[in-house]
Amino acid sequence: MTEYVIDVVDVIVIGGGHAGVEAALAAARSNLKTILFAVSLDSIAMLPCNPSIGGTSKGHLVREVDALGGEMGKNIDKTYIQSRMLNQAKGPAVHSLRAQADKHAYSKEMKKTLENTANLKIKQTEVVDILVNENRQVEGVKVISGGIYQAKVVIIATGTYLKARCIYGEVSIDSGPNGLQAANHLSEKLRSLGIELYRFKTGTPARVDRRTIDFSQLEEQPGDQNVVPFSFETKEEDIKREQISCWLAYTNQDTAEIINANLDRSPLYGGVIEGTGPRYCPSIEDKIVRFADKERHQIFVEPEAASTNEMYLAGLSSSLPEDVQIKMIRTLKGFENCEIMRIGYAIEYDCINPLQLKPTLEFKTISGLFSAGQFNGSSGYEEAAAQGIIAGINAVAYIKGLEPLILDRSEAYIGVLIDDLVTKGANEPYRMMTSRAEYRLLLRQDNADLRLSDYGHQVGLLSEERYQAFCVKRDAIAKEIERLKQTILGLSDDLNQFLEKQGSTPVKSGISLYDLLKRPEINYQALSVIDKDRVPLSADILEQVNIQIKYEGYINRQMEQVEKYKKMEKKLIPADIDYDQIGNLRTEARQKLNRVRPINIGQASRISGVSPADISVLLVYLTH
Amino acid sequence: MEDTIAAISTPMGSAGIGIIRMSGEKSMDILKQIFQPKKKNQEFKSHTIRYGHIMENNKVIDEVLVSVMLAPNTYTKEDIVEINCHGGQVIMKKIMKILINKGARLAEPGEFTKRAFLNGRLDLSQAEAVMDMISAKTERELSGFAVHLSGELRRKVLFLREKMIQILANIEVGIDYPEYEFEGLEESEMIAGISSILKEVEDLGNTYENGRLIKDGIKTAIIGKPNVGKSSILNALLRANRAIVTDIAGTTRDTLEEYYYLNGITLKLIDTAGIRESSDVVEKIGIEKSIQSIHQADLLLFVIDSSSDLEAEDHRILQEIKDKKCIFILNKADLENKITRDHFVADYPSARFIETSALTGYGISCLEEVITELFDLGDIESSDSLYITNLRQKEALVHAAESMRNVIASVEAGLSEEFWAIDLKNAYLEMSKIIGESLEDDVVSQIFARFCVGK
Repeated sequence: MTEYVIDVVDVIVIGGGHAGVEAALAAARSNLKTILFAVSLDSIAMLPCNPSIGGTSKGHLVREVDALGGEMGKNIDKTYIQSRMLNQAKGPAVHSLRAQADKHAYSKEMKKTLENTANLKIKQTEVVDILVNENRQVEGVKVISGGIYQAKVVIIATGTYLKARCIYGEVSIDSGPNGLQAANHLSEKLRSLGIELYRFKTGTPARVDRRTIDFSQLEEQPGDQNVVPFSFETKEEDIKREQISCWLAYTNQDTAEIINANLDRSPLYGGVIEGTGPRYCPSIEDKIVRFADKERHQIFVEPEAASTNEMYLAGLSSSLPEDVQIKMIRTLKGFENCEIMRIGYAIEYDCINPLQLKPTLEFKTISGLFSAGQFNGSSGYEEAAAQGIIAGINAVAYIKGLEPLILDRSEAYIGVLIDDLVTKGANEPYRMMTSRAEYRLLLRQDNADLRLSDYGHQVGLLSEERYQAFCVKRDAIAKEIERLKQTILGLSDDLNQFLEKQGSTPVKSGISLYDLLKRPEINYQALSVIDKDRVPLSADILEQVNIQIKYEGYINRQMEQVEKYKKMEKKLIPADIDYDQIGNLRTEARQKLNRVRPINIGQASRISGVSPADISVLLVYLTH
Repeated sequence: MEDTIAAISTPMGSAGIGIIRMSGEKSMDILKQIFQPKKKNQEFKSHTIRYGHIMENNKVIDEVLVSVMLAPNTYTKEDIVEINCHGGQVIMKKIMKILINKGARLAEPGEFTKRAFLNGRLDLSQAEAVMDMISAKTERELSGFAVHLSGELRRKVLFLREKMIQILANIEVGIDYPEYEFEGLEESEMIAGISSILKEVEDLGNTYENGRLIKDGIKTAIIGKPNVGKSSILNALLRANRAIVTDIAGTTRDTLEEYYYLNGITLKLIDTAGIRESSDVVEKIGIEKSIQSIHQADLLLFVIDSSSDLEAEDHRILQEIKDKKCIFILNKADLENKITRDHFVADYPSARFIETSALTGYGISCLEEVITELFDLGDIESSDSLYITNLRQKEALVHAAESMRNVIASVEAGLSEEFWAIDLKNAYLEMSKIIGESLEDDVVSQIFARFCVGK
């Protein structure tokens, strides 16, 4: 085949999913010439599984991506059809925003954004090769037509498309998600570049026709009255719209019976599926087998878009044959006459062992080659977007010779996500969970802007206008906290009467407003009676003031832990360290250190199989 | 700021004077809180020695000499305090405990030297040696620390840890899957669980200072029918004529108790009156006490006269000791033996057998080895409770208890569960330190093992 150079750019992104679009936007917005390739331009930012963005810990990721200047938050604000703040009964650290997306609108809006971004071209074709020179430096890609695109950086974000295979029952089809064309050529090329591939598996439930569900048998789950936008740039009043409800249904004994009777036809239990499936995304057949004594399982019935009758059945992911899926769904109360529009399936795909990546998401052995998203062994749209923006930012840093952006575990869920991937690897598709974050109290969704706006501004993805507004907000919070500390109320009958009214203990001497606010029974609002000098402040500022004062003790304790943690993160390990020269390391530790090649002592200590004694040895070695 | 570290720097056991060393920024602060110098109102000057008392709650703990060496001209280049105290284990451990309560941390093996090196005190050529030491010492420490715990104590720690993670997983799944229903613990069950865990952690921690195994030793009863040589065995072990030994059966009419130190373990040896049917009133009381001793003992040394056949009394004892940890001592091995281990092995498969002659001393050292071994394996379980013997375990339990108290404080302050989780997780990590394992991904694994969640 004739080879010919079609274009020369700075950055090439392979894949137009959530990782790919964030990576491409970050690069293009940094004034680098960027091309994004997708096997289908109609599947840009597609939501092939659940029709929602956010949720516990994932909502945090979206807000962090937004604080860095990413697009996901803005796009879901434009296209949500229902919004809820989860965990409101609990404290602010675990409040999580989740929105149902209009799948079609989400994808369309994102494509529009890409099309209207300067320096960015989007192209439909399959990339079949990655060009790497003799210095192990990336030079570009080759597409299926034989055309060559040269670039300084290539970011792989192929999601679940690599050698994808969809399976239901006895049928398996070599296709990507949603019947889209798979990318079949790249895997072999990656292997020949020395990249180690895994085969992972995930699944999706059936989509059914809304008109064939008896909703009177289901529990309605409406959206919140007050919609909190994902993006710190979006104003609540600008995105008010009528919301569409979700619905709750349940499986029953009949459902279980049908599944049990047909397990022999399940590719999961019949051995057809080899890929490693995630524990947090069990198929309904998994749930029935593993939790046999559970009487019923919840099924969340969610609209796929405003303009379609397709409803997504969360909780019913399955790769059973079509006839079993039909029978199974019809056992649900309200689903007796249900018609399936798209059948559930399991999907297998190639991804990498993420230990091959640096925390910048660049491959350790090929310079200029980055990767992000499900290709890195993660799962989920939000996890993908988070890696995408980091890969994009670091691709820019690579080209411009700037410091890379590596967020640590105390700064962001993004830091936890990437550190886990590149330090511990992934044995199953990695899902973000709040339980994975050590400093959960500090990494709140409400303060993502306070944590990350400086970075977003530094890398140039936040507009000057937005950053200035942020600085004003940050100052106002600090000023108000200071004022509350400085305002001491003298002992008076008024004060004690007020306290009594609030059900609070009277004081015997003067007290600051700050100390009063620390009392659980007293809130900022109530305090207005005795706080004469206050000036009106916006709700988001008050929220921060309130949280920072109320939870001060816990926040400070976590900060102390962070101090300790940071100390280890600051002890850097030179990139060219030769672990074989350190005789006292145990063999297992030496192998693991060689494999992960941690950038600092903190990361080294998180590698399983590296003991505290090994870390001591390493510290001593590094000192001389 | 680096932690302030402390450790006993003389070998445990026999030495008359023990040295406890402390290094770090808080050394002087801590010293001032616990040390009452004879000459008050005098500054602590660097490289001086002061005489005085270690105090706790206004009580004198020990009379000591304290060397003060201020940074930077010290071994670690940090402030160092050395407390020369009386060398007994109990005193030294007590002082260590006080230091830790005041904010010092138990030093890792080789940590003083490591600091010396990291602070630039040692030269380059010494680096290798330091690393050798760290890896070698740690290996030993770890085996001492973790292997010690194969018995009941390990089970107890695992049990408490399991209770913690059960609640933790319950909390975490609620946070990560707020919309799911699961058959988890009710809030009231969690609160009850947290309180009971705290109590158990505290109780376990308290066994360190109150623990019989440390203070009183392992209750070891020497039992057997009259005149089989129980007192002779006791004497051979003690190498002193404490018990009256005669040929007349029934000489020992009451139980005798002796403390006996064996390779760092304290045994409380109880010589019991011989067990047999007796009409002598005094002797009868003695026999009842003997039977009682069997039930209260942590370890039994069942002495049998191997030169004569088993009698009814032997069978009576065999009945009583069914479920006890027991070493069969086949005494009088110097005479022609009629009884061997084969008589018992089938019915007492876990028992140990030793042939001795208390008269010649034959087999006594072997007996000592077996006792040490049983203790090291954690095989000796206390009759009514569990004891910890190691300061690291104690430290971990103190921290775990502190964390559990914080959990309760969060509960009482009406804070939601994610606040409980912070300290519960810390407590869990402390417990993991005791058994020397911390499985990663623990909580996440537990969530998916216990609860059916996910799309």
